[in-house]
Amino acid sequence: MYIIIVGGGKVGYYLAKTLLQDEHEVLIIEKDKRKGDIISTDLGAVILRGDGTDSIVMEEAGMARADLAIAVTGDDEDNLMICQMAKKKFAVKRAIARINNPKNERIFKLLGIDNVVSVTDLILAQIEREIPAHSLVHLLTLREAGVSFVEAKVPADSPVVGKPLRSLGVPDDCVIPLIIRQGSGIVPHGETELVVGDEVVAVTTIAKEDVLEKIFSGETQK
Amino acid sequence: MRIVIMGCGRLGAYLARHLDQEGHDVTVVDRNSDSFARLGSDFHGTMVLGTGIDEDVMRRAGVEKADAFVAVSNGDNTNAMAAEIAKLVFKVPRVVARLYDPVREDTYHQLGLMETICPTVMASERIHEIVLGQSQER
Repeated sequence: MYIIIVGGGKVGYYLAKTLLQDEHEVLIIEKDKRKGDIISTDLGAVILRGDGTDSIVMEEAGMARADLAIAVTGDDEDNLMICQMAKKKFAVKRAIARINNPKNERIFKLLGIDNVVSVTDLILAQIEREIPAHSLVHLLTLREAGVSFVEAKVPADSPVVGKPLRSLGVPDDCVIPLIIRQGSGIVPHGETELVVGDEVVAVTTIAKEDVLEKIFSGETQK
Repeated sequence: MRIVIMGCGRLGAYLARHLDQEGHDVTVVDRNSDSFARLGSDFHGTMVLGTGIDEDVMRRAGVEKADAFVAVSNGDNTNAMAAEIAKLVFKVPRVVARLYDPVREDTYHQLGLMETICPTVMASERIHEIVLGQSQER
């Protein structure tokens, strides 16, 4: 594949390095001379100096024959421009954008850029997993479908301990297809009783997440 | 009319003052507070500090209720993105973006989301006219 990466910072550099190892044809567009020099010393002649949002530079890079464009500069507006120009002007089939403001994910999607990587979201998700401030941890969110996969860990003081699933008052829009108990999976049914330390995986509509969260944190218990 | 102008440079400030004097409800957004000095002391409009491509900043600037949104910061990419947010997220009826790069302008013009202004093309045509003493044939 011919892959054009715009932005020769750390993300661009390591992406290029890995993709070159996988024997793809790679070109990095970077405007900063110093960054460009480091890349060409380490990775060879894979660098084009210039503003990757400039159509003339894009043309020089051979954007029209690229199979994939990846925009990983530090600015969301530049990444958006690169992906839109790649898709609309140069008819590149696939474009991936890095975004910094998580709210831009929706905007990029509205604008036809489906593949976005939100660095902030990734770190936030990791923090949520490591230091759960809420009882629900998001595993996967399908925003358009309005559905999310969440996980709740049953703490020692939880009122749900020892109760069968059926009695928890889980709303109709939520399903609990899996419980992980001491590392192994259980497919539960209504009579399955919860044990301290259980990781309960639920599929829920985004709207009902709050209800689910309250059940596991015990706020709804009379 | 309620008009939000993103970018308080020479063009943004000039336009803002002009529209303000005509009695329009003008809000100017810029990420540098020093830029607002260009508006002068007799400016009646609102000044909002922040980046114009942030949904929250745009909401604060009242883009939701604006009749027109004008993107004239010094960056083409910022202008294009701000204009797209104004159109698609906030459904502003009239959206204009200034793009210096003629190719970018052409591409965005064809997308049909916004009106685009390319000072490079406009000035070049005018200078051509003056230099040759005639209208450029197109």
